[in-house]
Amino acid sequence: MSYATKSPWVIHYDASSCNGCDIEVLAALCPGFDVERFGIINTGNPKHADIFLVTGSVNERNISVVKQIYDQMVEPKVVVACGTCACSGGIFHDCYNVLGGVDQAIPVDVYAPGCAVRPEAIIDGVVQALGILDEKSKALKASKRGA
Amino acid sequence: MSFVYILIGTVAFAIVAPIVGCLLAGLDRIISARMQGRVGPPLLQPYYDVRKLMEKDDVTVSGVDGVYMTCALVFTAFAGGIFFSGGNLLMSAFIITMASLFFIMAAYSSRSPYAELGAGRETLQVMSYEPMVLLMAVCFYMAAGSFNVADAFLLDKPVITIIWPAFLGFLFILTIKLRKSPFDIAMSHHAHQELVKGTTTEMSGKTLAKVEVMHWCETVLFLGWTGMFFLWMNPVSFVIAVVVALAAWFFEIWVDNNFARVKWQAMLKSAWLVALVAGGFNIIFLMFV
Ligand code: SF4
Repeated sequence: MSYATKSPWVIHYDASSCNGCDIEVLAALCPGFDVERFGIINTGNPKHADIFLVTGSVNERNISVVKQIYDQMVEPKVVVACGTCACSGGIFHDCYNVLGGVDQAIPVDVYAPGCAVRPEAIIDGVVQALGILDEKSKALKASKRGA
Repeated sequence: MSFVYILIGTVAFAIVAPIVGCLLAGLDRIISARMQGRVGPPLLQPYYDVRKLMEKDDVTVSGVDGVYMTCALVFTAFAGGIFFSGGNLLMSAFIITMASLFFIMAAYSSRSPYAELGAGRETLQVMSYEPMVLLMAVCFYMAAGSFNVADAFLLDKPVITIIWPAFLGFLFILTIKLRKSPFDIAMSHHAHQELVKGTTTEMSGKTLAKVEVMHWCETVLFLGWTGMFFLWMNPVSFVIAVVVALAAWFFEIWVDNNFARVKWQAMLKSAWLVALVAGGFNIIFLMFV
């Protein structure tokens, strides 16, 4: 196990969510679920974050923002799409300005569906993401050693 | 000879302070969580955080912020070495300020608006606490007859008995020095302020890890200053000093969790007022006794 899995810091971005999923993301940080037990902190700064939680679908206006946040994050990093909108576009999928799920903009590692996504589902998604983060972290270490 | 002591002290501080500081930081987070009705992270969480940061890829905006942070770390260790080897209190205070200045330079070097604003505010924090730190050192000199911390062990009563106003003033600015809540205007440990991460906005990976380690060392040094007020000839005083330092630290966590952030104007004014009243009157009093 790499240390990346013991201190996953998250950044949360509301793409074009109806705010339902955002409230659930924040609920996971509240005393009821207290994800800080696992070292999870909501950083609000892409340069400090390891896990990118996106809620809501991607549209013409925010695709550049989603991409930029992703690019600013330092490797190793993973993306969790929180909620049906983030997974596929959900209820907004045929809006004139909606491009679809977050995977239209950046590579998504874990899909956590639900409308709104339940905090348990977010935590499950993050736990799955930790496995991927671990692999990426090891790959990065190996490539550093090789270089 | 004293230079050798300082060197030994610096090396010892550089090894011991991060360990103690890391445990204190872990306890801080657990106690804070309990105060908020949460369970909180494991005790070693700050250690995991730093190890994770070291594993991250190297990305830097300016290329020099890592160097500045290394300098800040070295000066922090040096300041701690001077203090804990019983050296000059005033020197220790100046050198730890030097470390803060390097931290500010590191933030400025990124040219990011958030980091620059954070650096500006960090400068204001230095301006706020520095008068009280200097007056505290002067009070210590007048009470103990020397700037050397080791001379506190020669006194027949601790300095707190005559410079308690300066101690209270120091407790006030300790909150600013530890970057705790009403005065965490430059960089918050919690992501709910308008500057996001202020000074550390553009730092990542190893550079950010250095900031964390510097913070641990600073905590140990400032708690050492707190304990210093309670030292006298009796060896028991050492235990009292440790207990008082831990109590002061618990008080800081309580303050951190109970007070909302103030504007920088309020911080500067209140800190200078406290320095003038607590430090100034204490010096005047000492001049006449
Ligand atoms: S999945 Fe449902 S709750 Fe979440 S953003 Fe979309 S519509 Fe709102």
